[in-house]
Amino acid sequence: MAIGKEAPPRDQRAALVPLPRREPEATHNPRLSDVDEWGRSEHTRQLVRRIYNPIYKHWFRAEWEGLEKIPRHGGALLVSNHAAAIPSDAPVIMHGIEEELGRPVYGLADFFFRTAPWLGTGWARGGGVTAHPDNALRLLRDQGQLALVFPEGTKGPSKTYADRYRLRRFGRGGFIEIAMRAGVPVIPIAVVGAEESMPILFRLPSVARALGVPYVPVTANMLAFGPLGTLLYFPAKFKLRVLDPITFDVPAGQERYSKSRVMDEAENVRMQLQETLYDMLRERRSVWFG
Amino acid sequence: MGRRILITGLDTFWGGRMAQALERDPDVEMILGMGTQEPKVPLERTEFVRADQTYSILSRIVRATQVDTIVHTFLVVDSTQVSGRALHEINVIGTMNLLAAAGQAGSPVRQVVVKSSTIVYGAASSDPYWFREEAPRTGPVRSRVERSLIEVEGFVRDFAEDNPATVVTVLRFANVLGTDIVTPISTNLSRRVMPTVAGFDPLVQFVEEDDVVRCLKHVTRRRIAGLYNVAGDGKLPWSEVLTMCAARSLPLPPVATRAAASVLIRLGAIDFPPELESLLRYGRGVDTSRLKSTGYTFRYTTAGAVENFIQAVRLRRTVGSSDPAYTFDQDVEQFFRHSPAIVNTTGNPEDDGQ
Repeated sequence: MAIGKEAPPRDQRAALVPLPRREPEATHNPRLSDVDEWGRSEHTRQLVRRIYNPIYKHWFRAEWEGLEKIPRHGGALLVSNHAAAIPSDAPVIMHGIEEELGRPVYGLADFFFRTAPWLGTGWARGGGVTAHPDNALRLLRDQGQLALVFPEGTKGPSKTYADRYRLRRFGRGGFIEIAMRAGVPVIPIAVVGAEESMPILFRLPSVARALGVPYVPVTANMLAFGPLGTLLYFPAKFKLRVLDPITFDVPAGQERYSKSRVMDEAENVRMQLQETLYDMLRERRSVWFG
Repeated sequence: MGRRILITGLDTFWGGRMAQALERDPDVEMILGMGTQEPKVPLERTEFVRADQTYSILSRIVRATQVDTIVHTFLVVDSTQVSGRALHEINVIGTMNLLAAAGQAGSPVRQVVVKSSTIVYGAASSDPYWFREEAPRTGPVRSRVERSLIEVEGFVRDFAEDNPATVVTVLRFANVLGTDIVTPISTNLSRRVMPTVAGFDPLVQFVEEDDVVRCLKHVTRRRIAGLYNVAGDGKLPWSEVLTMCAARSLPLPPVATRAAASVLIRLGAIDFPPELESLLRYGRGVDTSRLKSTGYTFRYTTAGAVENFIQAVRLRRTVGSSDPAYTFDQDVEQFFRHSPAIVNTTGNPEDDGQ
């Protein structure tokens, strides 16, 4: 019955005999790509993971501790220290969790990324989302996803080598408030290695202002590798330690939470991360071999 | 007693469509359409009254006809259609006079429905990916359409506050695609050349034209008050819209975009109103859960709307425009409305007829 399969025209006025307007079929999906509502494409991620895997395994030789503390289902807010001129920690964390746990990680970041042509599109396809509270809430509470956030913001990666592994201020504690509102745990991840992968010697604030970017660094990599050094990382050994999930005994869904409680919790997370980093640095024998 | 409904912009696409939809509802006793020109679609029982675009005679009409509902569809959201001056007159001054007439002492008006647009949210890098109705826009107001619609919504808010007994409904519609509507986006897509901003592939939402009318009818019939976003489920990357429509991308430079576009606009190659530029950079998403909680179900998703649109375009490319030419003739219309020879037949209240 080939004729029976012929779709009647949508617009009934086009037909000589009025035809009933066809209802869109429930099973039919007209989508052509797998880009989700956040701009992330699993297909793109797969491709990126395939390219990135040798860097993860052989260049940074990433090693995890406590990965089982990250839930396999449901929302959780991953919180980590942030470092390197072009932050190398975010890709390592996202790659590691996606490979090991098989679930996507959305990276929350400054909306600066969205304004950059090409870079912004690639960033979004790879799982980058701007760190708007509404976005975080929808990801964590409504969709039960994993979201990764760096509460230091650009203050983390823009710090110079002399300040390595000293955590900056944790913003205004917005990440705590979001986790409380969404009713999900905060899971801190301490990362050692990123600081040495692309250390900043000094910054050029006037150039940054002129270009309209958060910071313009001069890195050790540029001195060592020349122009190639703007993108090429040193092969620092990466060690990542997942801390115990932190839950809050407050009702979820409130519009606002006590600011002092939020700031205390943020400081608590910061202290835990800072102490874990010092512990890990005490145990580290070599920057390159761990 | 049935509803007595006044529709503004009867000669425009939405006014005509809305009148046709309401005519099929036997609970609607009388439909009065105002327009600056004659209606462009065949209508059974809608009364047409010609008015200038700022409705200076509206107070008289409201008093004389005792309409209980005003459906304000005559708001321009496409700046390529009219001059800046006319845009201001139609949107801002028109709405002001409309609300003044609806709020006059002893006014019979019990509901006002306003067809606004998600353009009021703008599109900026600092936006949330899904706007809820109460979320503020984050970027500066750049285009005239945005400015005028924000002003219109301000008037409507004040009106709602001053007239607590009147049901005030504002619907913010996403970009519309459909079988018949012509917008700058649909024009570009039908020409198979769509401007893009190089390096950007934003996520966009569409609402199908039938959903627009069904939704307007839904809130009018049930007298639902409040502010609602209206958009098909899901989002599409702009590149996917282009692929679905087999349109080629015409990338404009990410800097000096406006200057490059103005050259192409002057050559007649593309339609590119200023409110489209920020959309093609950052896209826009609106959360429709509030509307759905009122019981409205969408017939089309965003992807479904695009597919339906392109199927209509394909058909038109093959067989040409299928609409029978309709011309309004006052004598004929008067005969059908008021001659004793006409036998009245009414339809089913929930019938969308679409």
